[in-house]
Amino acid sequence: MTINKQKEGTSLTLALEGRLDTITAPELEAVLKEELEDVEALTFDFTALEYISSAGLRVLLSAQKQMNRQGTMKVTGVGEVIMEIFEVTGFSDILTIE
Amino acid sequence: MQAITVKAEVAALDRVTDFVNEVLEALGCPMKTLMQIDLAVEEIFVNIASYAYGPEGGDAVIRVSAADGGVRVAFEDRGIPFDPTAREDPDRTAGAEERPIGGLGIFLTKKLMDAVAYEYRNGMNILTIEKKTGTG
Repeated sequence: MTINKQKEGTSLTLALEGRLDTITAPELEAVLKEELEDVEALTFDFTALEYISSAGLRVLLSAQKQMNRQGTMKVTGVGEVIMEIFEVTGFSDILTIE
Repeated sequence: MQAITVKAEVAALDRVTDFVNEVLEALGCPMKTLMQIDLAVEEIFVNIASYAYGPEGGDAVIRVSAADGGVRVAFEDRGIPFDPTAREDPDRTAGAEERPIGGLGIFLTKKLMDAVAYEYRNGMNILTIEKKTGTG
């Protein structure tokens, strides 16, 4: 998985490419831990994300919990396969998907 | 039927996924179904890698075969008896704050597969998933 970071002031966009699974989820977790402290608007761009497992969902949920306290979070570019995972798990109600 | 034996550890996940994908592609499994099976395979294998054995570790066997109108993947380990299908489903309507982090893996597996069955036989945990592929 590749993580492309783009930070402007208090806005952070993370564009993910590849697979967000048990092996790669810790990489995203580490980036969030490092970058999220003063962020008020977090955007995940999933246009090039092919796959997500529950390990990835866990990282998204903990990011959402943190952003509920300090700003906003949204997910963009969600494809059909990943949207189904969000819907089946009820994550489509928790996340702001655009 | 094709099978692979790996050490039951998370580091072997890519090998397991590659093996399963190779067999499924040869069976003409559509891409979307393949992704769903990948997900179930990851959840089950990571579960085995995390909980089946103690510090001494052990092996897991993954068997992939064509089933009636679909595919079947079976996971075998000789770890402690554990039936993941007996776990209660998480509350899908809970908001972000009330949600526990975790517990979604086996739920997703049950939702995305057509059948998930567990049995303990001859000292082995055997978890079998089936998914219709519409390819015959």
